Amino acid sequence: MIELSNVSKTYFSNNKGSGTHAVHALKNANLTVPKGTIHGVIGLSGAGKSTLIRCVNLLERPTSGSVIVDGQEMTRLSNAALNRARHRIGMIFQHFNLLTTRNVFDNVALPLELMGQKRNVIRERVIPLLEMVGLADKANQYPAQLSGGQKQRVAIARALASKPQVLLCDEATSALDPQTTSSILELLRDINHQLGITILLITHEMEVVKSICHRVSLISDGELVEDSEVGDFFTAPRTQLGREFLNDFLQLTPPKELLERLSDMPGVDTHPVVRLTFSGDAVSTPLISRLARECSVDVSILQAKVESIQDRTLGLMIAELLGTPDQTQQAMTYLESHQLQVEVLGHVQRNV
Amino acid sequence: MSSAMFDLILQATLDTLYMVAVSGVISTLVGLPLGVLLYVTRPRQILAKPVLNQALSIITNIGRSIPFIILMVAIIPFTRMLVGTSIGINAASVPLTIAAIPFVARLVEGALNELSPGLIEAAQAMGATPWQIICKVLIPEARGGIMTGLTITVVTLVSYSAMAGAVGGGGLGDLGIRYGYNRFNPTIMLITVVILVVMVQGFQSLGDYLVRKSDRK
Repeated sequence: MIELSNVSKTYFSNNKGSGTHAVHALKNANLTVPKGTIHGVIGLSGAGKSTLIRCVNLLERPTSGSVIVDGQEMTRLSNAALNRARHRIGMIFQHFNLLTTRNVFDNVALPLELMGQKRNVIRERVIPLLEMVGLADKANQYPAQLSGGQKQRVAIARALASKPQVLLCDEATSALDPQTTSSILELLRDINHQLGITILLITHEMEVVKSICHRVSLISDGELVEDSEVGDFFTAPRTQLGREFLNDFLQLTPPKELLERLSDMPGVDTHPVVRLTFSGDAVSTPLISRLARECSVDVSILQAKVESIQDRTLGLMIAELLGTPDQTQQAMTYLESHQLQVEVLGHVQRNV
Repeated sequence: MSSAMFDLILQATLDTLYMVAVSGVISTLVGLPLGVLLYVTRPRQILAKPVLNQALSIITNIGRSIPFIILMVAIIPFTRMLVGTSIGINAASVPLTIAAIPFVARLVEGALNELSPGLIEAAQAMGATPWQIICKVLIPEARGGIMTGLTITVVTLVSYSAMAGAVGGGGLGDLGIRYGYNRFNPTIMLITVVILVVMVQGFQSLGDYLVRKSDRK
């Protein structure tokens, strides 16, 4: 439904004295979002997420590359054809962007007015939309009288008014509290489910990706560095940045006192501190006790967590392995042979 | 106060209102589109035309920098061509209008500048044409700010119209100078000033009311 090929966007800024300065906001981005799926793009601020999503409906015109939405090459459309194509692409924003001088009904009616629809046609379309987002009783209120979550619901109804095939969500829940976020995400999931609308969303929140996305891409410094199923991304991110996002999300970092004592190189009386990630069968296997028996190392668990991500279970643990260097090395090999991801965080002196 | 004096004051009040009304309406009709044009032709705006924008901006600045009293005499030939005479309230309305147009334009531009760029982006994402963005988003959303600007303009026109006496235009300022100052009649002077104060208060209150009514924030 959405296909970006080699999309690049470069901004040129004229700095006095230093000449023209080029900023590469997007570098050869390739992204395919199949019909009916929810695809998330996650990244830090300034990574190029906003530019990426704006290239889909050409709010930003790519410097090079091709943007195909619903079989149409967007970059080659005339202005009039582009506006018609945009009627098929809804968009919602972090700050809602509702018109303050229009009430809820008229805000939702705006895209239909722009398409030149008749007043009675508009009425027949707007009322069910307001019912769908649960705001039928607020039709005559103004945005200033609504809460953030209600405003986003109005914005969603507005984005759906022209019966789009694609919905672009630009940090749609970033300005909302956690409870409101989950209710908006639920609404988006329902829309995807009931109407079959393809959703592309950008976010910096793993929670958003975890709860509604099917696939996720990771963007860093203008490049899409990772593209995987959400289950894979949460159990085995392939990049360092992916792991950082995951650790932040799971809040699994070693205690500060330990981090201070951690050294990169093994020393005389040191033990490795490892982060273990396990999913699937490994979760239900009593690996730690086997480790003690088969490799004769003791395991001191510093932190542990089990999360369920969609239909998968993910276990995480930070542990210190106590034993001779040979024994601990053997233990790590043993763990890896059981499909665990082992990451050595450092080595710590044992004060005993 | 004699009834002749009363008639004089009434006539002067009506003259002032007439000049303010004519110049206010025409300068809004021209200044509003000019202000919108100044905004939408900016670089990276919906109808970006940097050269045109620069040209309009310079012309607007020139219009705003000429002192009103000089503008009034300088355009006498133009005024005569337009209304057939260079004296009277119709003649005075011409420089008032000319002076108010760039004033309105800049205030409208400023009001539009206050809007969140996200509104334009949202409208573009909906497939709105630039014309639709102007009519359905920019002007309605900025109408509170535009109304504030027009109130300032009308109040300014009331005080500018007092200078119209210099080209033989009528009005309260003219009356105050001729009867109050030149003929040493402090009562007349005081009355004209009081009427002007009341007039300004009235316009300001009306403007505030309209702003409140149009603002939904």
